[in-house]
Amino acid sequence: MEGNGVGIAFWVLAVVTLGAAGGVVVSRSLMHAVLMLILAFIGVAGFFLLLSAEFIAMAQVIIYVGAIAVLMLFAIMLTPEIDRDNGETRMIAPALLLCIALATVFIFVVTDTNWSVVTSDPGLTARDLGNALLTTWVLPFEIASVLLTAAMVGAIVLARTEQDEAEDELA
Amino acid sequence: MTIDLEHFLTVGALLFCLGLFVALSKRNAIGVLMGVELMLNGVNLTLISFARFADSETPIAGHTFVAFVLTVAAAEAAVALALVIAVYRHRQTVDVDRLNMLRS
Repeated sequence: MEGNGVGIAFWVLAVVTLGAAGGVVVSRSLMHAVLMLILAFIGVAGFFLLLSAEFIAMAQVIIYVGAIAVLMLFAIMLTPEIDRDNGETRMIAPALLLCIALATVFIFVVTDTNWSVVTSDPGLTARDLGNALLTTWVLPFEIASVLLTAAMVGAIVLARTEQDEAEDELA
Repeated sequence: MTIDLEHFLTVGALLFCLGLFVALSKRNAIGVLMGVELMLNGVNLTLISFARFADSETPIAGHTFVAFVLTVAAAEAAVALALVIAVYRHRQTVDVDRLNMLRS
């Protein structure tokens, strides 16, 4: 991708996204970590726009920011008496070592491989995605909807209290 | 300024590694879940950049895969947070270091 606009957009998004992800690592309060996570999600949505995946960018904002981050805020608020801190376990040193090693391997692979790339934008639209989902990938699409239903029922069953169950039996 | 596939792949890889570090090192179960979501975002970014740049006959496959990852991430977050609330109700903690009741 050529052009100053693209370059500026890329570097701003990279700094915001990776900075926000770093904020999730270092922030002491769990609430601040969720807010940083939302910023990272929005940064990734910006990358999707830059890669001309508009539908996926909108889905990212709606699902990650609108649903998953709000669910996390609910979970934090529904577990009040835990200490709200976002501290580390005793495994921090091995975890840090593993992540640095993995990042080194990834960056080596990315820079060393001779990727066969196209320079022109393939021009994918939401229409193409819809066609692909309802023709080639229609079976996984249906399985995904069954999975979502099962997950929602499972989440309701897990989060119910014994009091709720007793009230249901009376009714 | 030229922005290539490598730039996007590097950001995706770094996002994945930061997410892995959060998932492995955080004491709070909700913090661990945040790390998993960051990892999924890194993978999604990689898939979309391949869909844009890779020399492929069906580049839409990348977008389709990301749509499925988003679906499964939503299902996973709902179940995981319901588990967090259920564990909290029984143990009054979601500290993963203290959830060791299988140890005799």
